Amino acid sequence: MAERERRQAPPYGGVFRARTRVMDSDDVQRAVWRMAHEVIEANHGTDDLVLVGLQTGGVPVAEALAGALGSISGAEVALGSLDVAFYRDDIGLRPVLPEAVTDIPWSLDGRTVVLCDDVLFTGRTIRAALNALSDYGRPRAVQLAVMVDRGHRELPIRPDYVGKNLPTRRDEVVDVHPEGVDLGEMVR
Amino acid sequence: MPDPHSIVVKGGRVVDASGEREADVVVVDGRIAAVGADLSADRTLDAAGCFVAPGLVDLHSHLREPGKEEAETVETGARGAALGGYTAILAMPNTTPAIDCEAVVRQVLDLGRAAPCDVLTSGAITVGRAGEQLAPMAEMAALGVRVFTDDGAGVQDNLLMRRAMEYAVGLGVILAQHCEDDALCGGGHMHEGEWSARLGIPGQPAEAEELMVMRDIALARLTGCRIHFQHLSTARSVAMVRDALAAGLPVTAEATPHHLTLTDAACASYDPVFKVNPPLRTPADVEAVRAGLADGTIATIATDHAPHAPETKELPFDLAPPGMLGLETALALALTELDLSVQQVLAALSWNPARILGIDDVHGAVAEGRPANLCVIDPEHTWTVSGAAMASRSTNTPYEGREVRGKVRHTVLHGEPVVVAGEAQR
Amino acid sequence: MSPLLGRHLLGVEDLDGREGIEAVMRLTDSFVEVSERAIPKVPALRGKTVAWLFYEDSTRTRLSFETAAKRLSADTMNFSVSSSSVKKGESLRDTARTIEAMGIDAIVVRHSSAGAPHRISGWVDAAVVNAGDGWHQHPTQALLDAYTIRQHLGSVEGHHIAIIGDIKHSRVARSDVAAFTTLGARVTLVAPPTLLPPSLEGWPVTVSHDLDAVLPTVDVAYLLRMQRERMTEALVPSLREYTATFGLTRRRAELLSPDALVMHPGPMNRGVEIAAEVADLPCSLILDQVRNGVAVRMAVLYLLLGAGADLVPPALDRTQEPEAVRA
Repeated sequence: MAERERRQAPPYGGVFRARTRVMDSDDVQRAVWRMAHEVIEANHGTDDLVLVGLQTGGVPVAEALAGALGSISGAEVALGSLDVAFYRDDIGLRPVLPEAVTDIPWSLDGRTVVLCDDVLFTGRTIRAALNALSDYGRPRAVQLAVMVDRGHRELPIRPDYVGKNLPTRRDEVVDVHPEGVDLGEMVR
Repeated sequence: MPDPHSIVVKGGRVVDASGEREADVVVVDGRIAAVGADLSADRTLDAAGCFVAPGLVDLHSHLREPGKEEAETVETGARGAALGGYTAILAMPNTTPAIDCEAVVRQVLDLGRAAPCDVLTSGAITVGRAGEQLAPMAEMAALGVRVFTDDGAGVQDNLLMRRAMEYAVGLGVILAQHCEDDALCGGGHMHEGEWSARLGIPGQPAEAEELMVMRDIALARLTGCRIHFQHLSTARSVAMVRDALAAGLPVTAEATPHHLTLTDAACASYDPVFKVNPPLRTPADVEAVRAGLADGTIATIATDHAPHAPETKELPFDLAPPGMLGLETALALALTELDLSVQQVLAALSWNPARILGIDDVHGAVAEGRPANLCVIDPEHTWTVSGAAMASRSTNTPYEGREVRGKVRHTVLHGEPVVVAGEAQR
Repeated sequence: MSPLLGRHLLGVEDLDGREGIEAVMRLTDSFVEVSERAIPKVPALRGKTVAWLFYEDSTRTRLSFETAAKRLSADTMNFSVSSSSVKKGESLRDTARTIEAMGIDAIVVRHSSAGAPHRISGWVDAAVVNAGDGWHQHPTQALLDAYTIRQHLGSVEGHHIAIIGDIKHSRVARSDVAAFTTLGARVTLVAPPTLLPPSLEGWPVTVSHDLDAVLPTVDVAYLLRMQRERMTEALVPSLREYTATFGLTRRRAELLSPDALVMHPGPMNRGVEIAAEVADLPCSLILDQVRNGVAVRMAVLYLLLGAGADLVPPALDRTQEPEAVRA
């Protein structure tokens, strides 16, 4: 659920109305498997790999990716979650409450972290996540996997693994959910 | 200064102890020259739609001078009194220094001579109001002091109070008591009960007042001294005074506008503007005090006008001094909030206190030949209470923003219009 | 600033009832996690300034708030007021406005007078947090107590909590009673009548003067500090007698059920209201309370200064019928 994006898209407190289904559940599955292969290829396996899903929309993406990685490599991949509310740069400007408790029960020192999120938009959430991660240790590398890259970056951030590149208007909202990915907008 | 010309208060309804009638009142040389229909004079004060009453008399005003002139002076207090319809007020002795000797009595009386209201003063019962040694009451009585009180505190020592009462009998003066047992008050700052428990403000029980009322009734029986109970606030105090009156004891009692209209729930704001001694009590106490006023147990409404400079009220509740303004709101509150006739309200505010104070030859009646001390009240005039708009140097009214009905249009002091159309003339 | 909390936290009633208290506890979970990190600090309140206005000495509470603010990256400043300037009658309003003029965002107030934070909140635009006012309230203490109970018992609801000792003079007791009963606990006050408030009208509690009878029935025994100056006010004859009748002695602790917990707001008078060895039993949560205090105060400061206005949960319309969806 791209709750975070909906929450942060004006009009705040509005209702999301889907217009187009841009990926169905099979598309999402195929994208997850492709990304899993890319992760293994880029990292020469899954040793020292940690998947961290961003609360809340990134968590199912991370879970799906972890499942795929486990099936391919035969080894279980460490899976955590991260809430970046306290690191956002818009605290005080709009409602920013954590959606769930961060769960990273191990040190990240020397490990490769794959941050997982559902939608990559301005890049500000990822910026906050990078700051947050550094409070858990010093990873060897941090990579970024997203189901949808919808453009409109406001920071120099680029994903390593992308489910789908989706050109959008700024005022549109992308909703990633178990049945697929919808494009629509917030309405009053 | 009496007006050199004659004045007619025209078109109003005259009210005093003898009844009500439509009449004009002509004032010449400081005295009432005529009361009757269709009178005329050099100058007319319009009283259409108004009650023409004797000037009000307050038995309980803190004028703060000498010592706390930043809070009030005799002049500003008297001006507020005039605007409130008063033509005589009794200053309380808890000044700095206390009014406990001839010199301070003289000072206050001198200050009062130029004021737009007759200023009488009480004297302290004990030196410095310390409750230890009798003050020179005879020396003060010789200057006309008729009421002695340590107001702000009660006389704690039983024997000392007995002696004071015995001594007062010889002087023919009244003792007035602020009834509060200090030890039982135990550092309380509001009425002890449901609200003090909830707010965490140290309380003082109703019994702290009642114990002293009980003792003083006993001492009145013992000594035969006239005792006046100041600002009665509890149901049982009222009941005890009622019984004492029925037993023929020489007691009188007053109640304040705030004990007739506010309860301890007001303290929930933590605003010390609601802090007063004795404290605001429960709704049942307010009912009992009202009933006492209605049945005559409580003869008079006295303001306990207690100005405090704003900064002293900008403190937490327990650190701020107790007291609230009263002179400019008492009449309107009585007319607005109490279920009494105009006659009853004016009895409580004018002729009853004039009689208690022994000045009923000068104040408290509208009759030919008497000194012209009048107050003209527009009973339909509604207005909003504002501390800042008052003549007092202080603003600590607990009624800020409240809409009340009944306003003084004119006040005439010994023939001089000191308030005309709601404006102080000096 | 947040629907969970008004602009200030002056008393437990400023939290929006049970829902509000539970929301603060959920947020506290996040800050407990933050506190356990290698670097227990988040940038959430960068650029915000929190001032301490303490008219009463309290190293513990001030330290707890200060740690909370620093872990949120807020700047802090200390405006300690000597009790002498209070005695001089310095206007509370002047002091509060002076502090605010320095550009601060929140004032954490402790005062020996009930209602002082209420008064200050009427004079300043900054958020005001009550860190204890006279006998009145100490809302963050109640939140941390409720959180600690929830942590150990799963919830506050349905549990029997005895608050034992000097209820009359205790701001902790007033806040705890409000928080515990709002969350659905059964509360019994245990004290000699001299140490109970003059009226318990409207308090949803039961009262007992017999600690031995109450202890076997409680899930939590919450002891209050017994202050020595109460002896001079003839409220109890002697500390020895108080301990004998209302102290949680070793012998009495055996009356507690095996799962019962022991709490105390600190600082303890070991040997008076609580025996030294009882304070150190595993069922004693006193240090957990202190630990959770930091996280709870982070949650409160974050809600007042960070979480922003109009927190409306986003809605999702899958039926193409926005009217049918909660907006």
